[in-house]
Amino acid sequence: MSVELYDFDQAMAEFDPVLGLEVHVELNTVSKMFCSCANVFGGEPNTRTCPVCLGLPGSLPVVNAKAIESAIRIGLALNCEIAPWCRFARKNYFYPDMTKDFQTSQYDEPIAFNGWVEIDVDGEPFRIEIERAHMEEDAGKSVHVGLSGRIGDADYSLLDYNRAGTPLVEIVTKPITGTGAKAPAVAKAYVAFLRDLMLALGVSDVRMEQGSLRCDANVSLMPKGATQFGLRTETKNVNSLRSIEAALHYEIRRQAALLAGGGKVHQETRHWHEEGHTTPGRSKETAEDYRYFPEPDLVPVAPSPEWIAELRETLPELPDRKRKRLKAEWGFADQEFADIVNAGALDLIEATVAAGASPAAGRKWWLTELARRANEAGCELAELAITPAQVAELQALVEAGTLNDKLARQVIDGVLAGEGSPSDVVTGRGLAVVSDDSALAAAVERAIAANPEVAERIRSGKVQAVGALIGAVMQEMRGQADAAKVRELVLATLS
Amino acid sequence: MALTPADVARLAELARIRLTEDELSALAPQLDVILDAVAGVAEVASADVPLTSHAVPLTNVFRPDVVGPSLAAEAVLAAAPAAEDGRFRVPRILGEEQ
Ligand SMILES: [Zn+2]
Repeated sequence: MSVELYDFDQAMAEFDPVLGLEVHVELNTVSKMFCSCANVFGGEPNTRTCPVCLGLPGSLPVVNAKAIESAIRIGLALNCEIAPWCRFARKNYFYPDMTKDFQTSQYDEPIAFNGWVEIDVDGEPFRIEIERAHMEEDAGKSVHVGLSGRIGDADYSLLDYNRAGTPLVEIVTKPITGTGAKAPAVAKAYVAFLRDLMLALGVSDVRMEQGSLRCDANVSLMPKGATQFGLRTETKNVNSLRSIEAALHYEIRRQAALLAGGGKVHQETRHWHEEGHTTPGRSKETAEDYRYFPEPDLVPVAPSPEWIAELRETLPELPDRKRKRLKAEWGFADQEFADIVNAGALDLIEATVAAGASPAAGRKWWLTELARRANEAGCELAELAITPAQVAELQALVEAGTLNDKLARQVIDGVLAGEGSPSDVVTGRGLAVVSDDSALAAAVERAIAANPEVAERIRSGKVQAVGALIGAVMQEMRGQADAAKVRELVLATLS
Repeated sequence: MALTPADVARLAELARIRLTEDELSALAPQLDVILDAVAGVAEVASADVPLTSHAVPLTNVFRPDVVGPSLAAEAVLAAAPAAEDGRFRVPRILGEEQ
């Protein structure tokens, strides 16, 4: 089965893409959406179920108050209106990942709607309109047993309902137009934006590899300049930021080849495969096929204006606003600031500055020496065993003349090795710059005596030769001297 | 409101019920009778009667976010027609992916 792909640039010369993104966020409540089973990732299968999440006759669901709070806070952070009154609905379908044969969701009465966010792609702002953010429950997990492990040629499937009933908020965009060739990058940046936002709100672990943040990416193409949207596909199973970009890139090329060849795009769901292609899934069901109706077992949710105002008060400074504020406060150039954000060092530098260091010093340590250590260890900056307060302390020691840059690097070694704070390491390893003038003066005398020709050249005015003597002194002092001071001493002695 | 055999075929497909052509033709007028009966309600409902989905006028019935006991996996799987590796074993799922 070979799929024809158009050249991406050629596709973008002939067509305009229209995106639609549906992002599912698993909330990090301690219990499930409608029952008190623990809401935890993984674990032995079917050990966290009860009559409610198994849909046994006679059981009654009750809404988790924390899940509603989180959903409202998410809605507020997305600049949405919050529904004064809304209901849950049953979404009926036949699939064994729910024992009830329906998923409890929301239909035409989402808790939050009509929002927007502004994201940034390579310095260019894009405003993404949010259609809705609604509450629903997650389904169970199926494993397909057969040759390929895929559903189509499975012999049978195995079901684990630990995840069934996990609270979800689904965030749906309005059609995103006007992105042109940046469409895949815009989608990636939007999902990254949501990830950062959910982290800042503290409502989800947003671990894409564990499925607590999932994205379904819709895309269609229309001839350049047209206003009538084309038929779209919805790619599922996209579970990393890189995959979102790659999957959309692929779908745009595939659809462009179909359309340019006079063919039609089938409106369908497609599955993304990490090897770099999509395969067709079921033809997309229409909303009517799900026969939504109001959930009779749950009463409506009617958040009062006072409650909403109270929840608004709990919103932290949101990541995009924080970025704008810090960029203005710190005064870095665009690229310098972008490097900080891309390195994941924004919060670390903010905390370092709060602990007393200058923004420039914070940036210097986190983006050079510490970035190198993180790279060597194959971990994130935030995972290094050094705190922003310790980095600020290190910088203070450098500014006080206790450490030079070379010694500071040794102090970092010590902190990362668990030898305590920078001051502890300085004491423990005996690393401080020697400020004892007599010891330094003696070392200078010895260096001059050992290098008579160099000393003679300096005496005759060739000051640039001083470097050789400074090197000799620093070597004798095992680096624990202030090079500027050594230079001063050497020149004074020879004048 | 006249249902066609094609409408009934669509409903049967959604409900995963296999029906013959004869059954489709026979069921269409029967379902019509039911729909007509329900449509009678619409005549009674006037604009000043709000839509109702719940018999009791309650809102905001919540429970605190607290973990309670779950069932033992053995108990959960005891009634399953088939189980394997602590999971429910179900027949292959058709029509989801080609
Ligand atoms: Zn449960």
